[in-house]
Amino acid sequence: MSKSFLDKLKDIVTDEQVLTAHSELIPYESDGLTAFKALPRAVVLPNKQSEVISIVRLCHEHSVPFVARGSGTSLSGGSLPNERGIVIGLNRLNSILDLNIEERYAVVECGVINNDVSEASKHYGLHYAPDPSSQLVCTIGGNVAFNSGGAHCLKHGMTSNHVLGIKAVLPDGTVVQIGGHSLDSVGPDLVGLFVGSEGLFGIALEIILRLVPMPEGFRTLLAAYPSMEQAGDAVSSIIDAGLLPTAMEIMDNLTIKAVEATVHAGYPTDAGAVLIVELEGEIVEIEEEFKCLRKIIYESGAYNVTSANNQNERALIWKGRKGAFGALGKISPAYIVQDGVVPRSQLGSALAEIDSLSEKYGIRVANVFHAGDGNLHPNVLFNNSDEEMLEKAELLASEIVQMCIRRGGVITGEHGVGMEKREFMNDMFSDKDMDQMLILTDIIDPHQIANNDKVFSRSRVPGI
Amino acid sequence: MFYPQSIEEIQRVVVESHAPMVVRGGGTKPGLLNHNDSVTTIDLSDVSGILEYRPEECTFTALAGTRLNDIEEVLSDNDQWMPFDPPMVDKGSTLGGVLAAGLSGPCRYGFGGVRDFVLGISWVSGDGNLLNGGGRVVKNVAGFDFPKLMVGSLGRFGIITEITMKVFPQSQAFATLEWDCLNIEEAVKFMKLLSLSKIEFLALDIESNGIVRVRIGGIQNSLQKRLDSIARYKNGAVIFKDREESEKWSSLRNFCWLDDSCMLIKVPITPDIVCRLDSKLSHYEALRLYSVGGNVAWIGWMDSIVKLDKILENLGLTGLLLLGEYNTPWLGTSAFDNVFAAKVKAALDPKNRFMSL
Ligand SMILES: Cc1cc2nc3c(=O)[nH]c(=O)nc-3n(C[C@H](O)[C@H](O)[C@H](O)COP(=O)(O)OP(=O)(O)OC[C@H]3O[C@@H](n4cnc5c(N)ncnc54)[C@H](O)[C@@H]3O)c2cc1C
Repeated sequence: MSKSFLDKLKDIVTDEQVLTAHSELIPYESDGLTAFKALPRAVVLPNKQSEVISIVRLCHEHSVPFVARGSGTSLSGGSLPNERGIVIGLNRLNSILDLNIEERYAVVECGVINNDVSEASKHYGLHYAPDPSSQLVCTIGGNVAFNSGGAHCLKHGMTSNHVLGIKAVLPDGTVVQIGGHSLDSVGPDLVGLFVGSEGLFGIALEIILRLVPMPEGFRTLLAAYPSMEQAGDAVSSIIDAGLLPTAMEIMDNLTIKAVEATVHAGYPTDAGAVLIVELEGEIVEIEEEFKCLRKIIYESGAYNVTSANNQNERALIWKGRKGAFGALGKISPAYIVQDGVVPRSQLGSALAEIDSLSEKYGIRVANVFHAGDGNLHPNVLFNNSDEEMLEKAELLASEIVQMCIRRGGVITGEHGVGMEKREFMNDMFSDKDMDQMLILTDIIDPHQIANNDKVFSRSRVPGI
Repeated sequence: MFYPQSIEEIQRVVVESHAPMVVRGGGTKPGLLNHNDSVTTIDLSDVSGILEYRPEECTFTALAGTRLNDIEEVLSDNDQWMPFDPPMVDKGSTLGGVLAAGLSGPCRYGFGGVRDFVLGISWVSGDGNLLNGGGRVVKNVAGFDFPKLMVGSLGRFGIITEITMKVFPQSQAFATLEWDCLNIEEAVKFMKLLSLSKIEFLALDIESNGIVRVRIGGIQNSLQKRLDSIARYKNGAVIFKDREESEKWSSLRNFCWLDDSCMLIKVPITPDIVCRLDSKLSHYEALRLYSVGGNVAWIGWMDSIVKLDKILENLGLTGLLLLGEYNTPWLGTSAFDNVFAAKVKAALDPKNRFMSL
């Protein structure tokens, strides 16, 4: 790394905030997708927004690539360091700057943990609705970059549906404020464009989030089915009946067994699939909806139905779902979390196709997914000390993505393109569509330094 | 004025015509076509039709010139609807028009706006290319969210040709309650109280005279119980149901409360500014409806538009002139006079083939 750049970095922040020793850099070498690894030249940990702005300006001046990093839970390699650049770790920017209860919004810095927003507002009967399973650790900045979803986004929507305004430093160092405090706006929806831009448009410093009242009540049930197909069909029947649950989640037998072996959520281990459905809202309303839901569930071939009668029972049902990823770690040394979307009515047949792919490669796939919106998370299980198996697992995972595209779906529903899915972008978008996205990126980031090797495959800038 | 009949013809017209180009949909919002320059107008009313509707997926794809009432009809046959509650449907507004204008109706309060329901978009760029963003499924984060960017863009990045939207199952039954809080201050106080309650209101509107109006929807069997408990929030609730109820909202959405001579302006606001704005406007001949829980002001204006422009500017607000004549559709403080907007414009319309932002 050129001396002058590092020195200048240390003019902005204290020495303590700049990590360069190999041992200090190791924790940053990958994110939630551990198959990719790279060591940055340095990691800088700014304490305040003004430092972030100065750091970005310095990077722009020297054409040094940077990768913004929240908690590094990205599952697509989004926060993978650039070997020729620096990582800007944003966890210290963790203040909730304003909590306006009457107007129902919160202004937070980008390093604030997702769940902390709800924690801070729950006393007032409000919460921040998007709830990625990683919500106890992931940051709002990371959520904004990926437009993250969660189990409850079927009714509430994704991050984008809850961000009202953003203060950002663009890759050229300009600071902009887009959007505002109102639910509505006039003029092009710039906030909508920024959310989901995966760090390519610069760093979101401050975010205005919409808060919504916590529901009066919940009704949650767990239904066991002999097969995945039946569980998938039940989801379609629920939608056809005009119900709008907040969450509909399916897990397959392999996942159920893993979950039961670790968290003991009381899932029937002989089931081909379990379906979790949750309704929320005014109690009198959801009681009526629940009657209708139960009827559909029984008619759809469920052989074992458990309804939660209190908060503890509800928590138990969710414990299994939330612990699913961790539980898979116990039955396999490593796994690839795939993320793709198919039209909801094709869930059953898509799962059958995944099964036959799994057989073809001789590799186990555990399915956990947001069934309500057709968002699949097939987890491809492999042994990471076996090179050949890793290769096969990657091939299998990529065949699943291709299947999603073939079925009229998309390559990612919530984990982003990052490093992992760059080569699939061309399968979804025409060359002209891709050109338009690249032109936009180049104008916003003329020196190609902001997470620039993500999303699109293109030649790298020299860096340092 | 050009009347292309197909997307290919739009592409041809774009290549051959003189800049800047302006798009017209159903023509229900002539204020949006306001400008100083001489322009080429492209009318999209013949580029219409639903291309695909998949009730089981809760999605449809339609050409931009498709009239919203045609879409609503098809959806309601399947007990589905567009919960962002598009305005001016009965007047003939089009899907492309409502999206490009970024307009949502009263139920935006409970469900979100047009931005929250758009999934995919195709548009013809300034050099005649047909481009796409987003997808056709309800969840998608691949590529930049161009569908959202186009919301409110007034066609200044390109000509929107095709749109994929998410829809929801229609509620079985609706009901509405109205209270007369006598003045705007009391109405705002009551509105804030309701907005923090656990009741899932679909719409929450107030009028400058102190009327507070809420809408609920859901299962028929539970509706009366819910009405009873909501009515207990404050004495004097008047309840509307069935046809009378739906007509009430339809007339609000179609702005039947405006005189023919009225200009119409939408202003995004926050609940805390309602009283201040209302007191300023009360000095003029102006009809005022505050919708979406105090997040949108609809103003029927009869005085000089220059005056309203100034009022909004002084309050730091931005307005959108839907009906009326002026040199621009955007009033007050610019909400997008920033480097990011300028860069986006430069990337999507480098040759300024469309009007500037
Ligand atoms: C166990 C587990 C469960 C998960 N469950 C879900 C789930 O249910 N739904 C879901 O959607 N995702 C889920 N994820 C994925 C991940 O948690 C989300 O993508 C999350 O938003 C990442 O947040 P982060 O703070 O860890 O960001 P990081 O991983 O640090 O960064 C993610 C991306 O954001 C960029 N970035 C970070 N901060 C900023 C900023 N301030 N401005 C601009 N760009 C920035 C980074 O450069 C990177 O590209 C899960 C991950 C794990 C490990």
